Amino acid sequence: MVATEWRLGVVLLCGLLSWHALAATLPEDRVDLMYHGYDGGGLDVDGPMVLVRKGFQEKVSVWGHYYADFISSASIDVVTSASPYEERRTEYSVGVDYLYGKTLMGVSYFHSEEDDYSGRMVSVGLSQEFFGDLTTLGVGYAFGWDEVRARDNDSFAEDIRRHNFRVELTQVVTPRLLLGISYEGVSDQGYLNNPYRRVRYLDDSTSRGYSYEPELYPETRNSGAVAIRGRYYLPHRAAVGGEARYYQDSWGLRATDMEASYTHTFGQNWILEGRYRFYRQNSVDFHADLFPRAEYQNFRARDKDLSQFRSHSFGIGGSYEFNWQAVPVVDRVRASLYIDLIRFRYGDFGDLRRSAPVGEEPDYRFTARVVRAYLSFFL
Amino acid sequence: MQCYRYLRRAVLLAAVLVSAGCASWQPEPWVSPYERHHLADPIMSFERSPASQGYLHHVYDAREGARGASGGAGGGCGCN
Repeated sequence: MVATEWRLGVVLLCGLLSWHALAATLPEDRVDLMYHGYDGGGLDVDGPMVLVRKGFQEKVSVWGHYYADFISSASIDVVTSASPYEERRTEYSVGVDYLYGKTLMGVSYFHSEEDDYSGRMVSVGLSQEFFGDLTTLGVGYAFGWDEVRARDNDSFAEDIRRHNFRVELTQVVTPRLLLGISYEGVSDQGYLNNPYRRVRYLDDSTSRGYSYEPELYPETRNSGAVAIRGRYYLPHRAAVGGEARYYQDSWGLRATDMEASYTHTFGQNWILEGRYRFYRQNSVDFHADLFPRAEYQNFRARDKDLSQFRSHSFGIGGSYEFNWQAVPVVDRVRASLYIDLIRFRYGDFGDLRRSAPVGEEPDYRFTARVVRAYLSFFL
Repeated sequence: MQCYRYLRRAVLLAAVLVSAGCASWQPEPWVSPYERHHLADPIMSFERSPASQGYLHHVYDAREGARGASGGAGGGCGCN
């Protein structure tokens, strides 16, 4: 059920991103075709993405987005307590933005579907430029409703309701410096478990010394995150960027991350970028790698994504842009390739594939590779 | 839920500011329009390719416990 984790991120993110579009100009008309791939920790996810955006009369811009994940999972959760599997997830989203003076309004709908999960979300957003167009304030709200099912139980169906609020401020500070600050609150209610994942507890009656039971999460999760980011224009057409974020939620999880990036150009056509990101979090209050006994506490989790860990991300990539006259409606084309490596090191999640006394397994760690290759056609 | 009461107030205040037409109050811009050519360069965009950047944030969200407030102007769904 690694796919659940994979999908939840998409459901949350894509529902929210619709209001990121908001600034007091309509986005550029474009068609994007992308191949995306993630490979790490036994999880292999790849697939296509298509994005089409078209404006009308400089007042309205409509967009449609198609995205698919082809998932092959033999992650550590799967190989230690289940069987490898394959599945597919498909996602569609549509939206429209309307520009009125210096105010941009947007509404969008998102739908994700797979065998054992459905996700839907509607979102609205609004932004306004102030103070000689040096300040942009954006606000947004999204409501999502999901259904969780289980492949091995046809009668199982549970709901999740999501509410997302976001406030974002972008400021022109100097002719070379942009700063932004944003806050986002998320509230989830419903079945927040993974129906397949289990926790382990000490059990002397078994030869390996432990047994499994289903995980059990609270039915409510409220979170808040605040981020600040900036970009500075350097001589010779280059730029540096930085971002820092702090997060906390009602499950006791605290996280911080920081990112630095550098962008360099060669001539008018080439743009190369490098990036480093550091992330760390503690465990949620009810997480344990090994519980002392069955039903040890009301809520129980053994989930590496909710356990203490640190990660380091290194990314490099670039794009080449050129005029293309072969198709009359296309103005120019950009070809891009980005590769990121992410090293995860967990602090409270044992690698059960390794031989060791119960509870003394070495901490799990792995490296993931993320690939994005795409063509952007600007109309 | 305390933080959500504050958040709702913040959202409401922001909406009121927008609807009240604060844009009509125009202090002297300390960065003139003709000085903004560097800021208009695509390399100064927080997210130059929304779909691509949105995908990377999705990877982070899928693997990490934290969520929200990631990314800048621009997103994964055809956003600017």
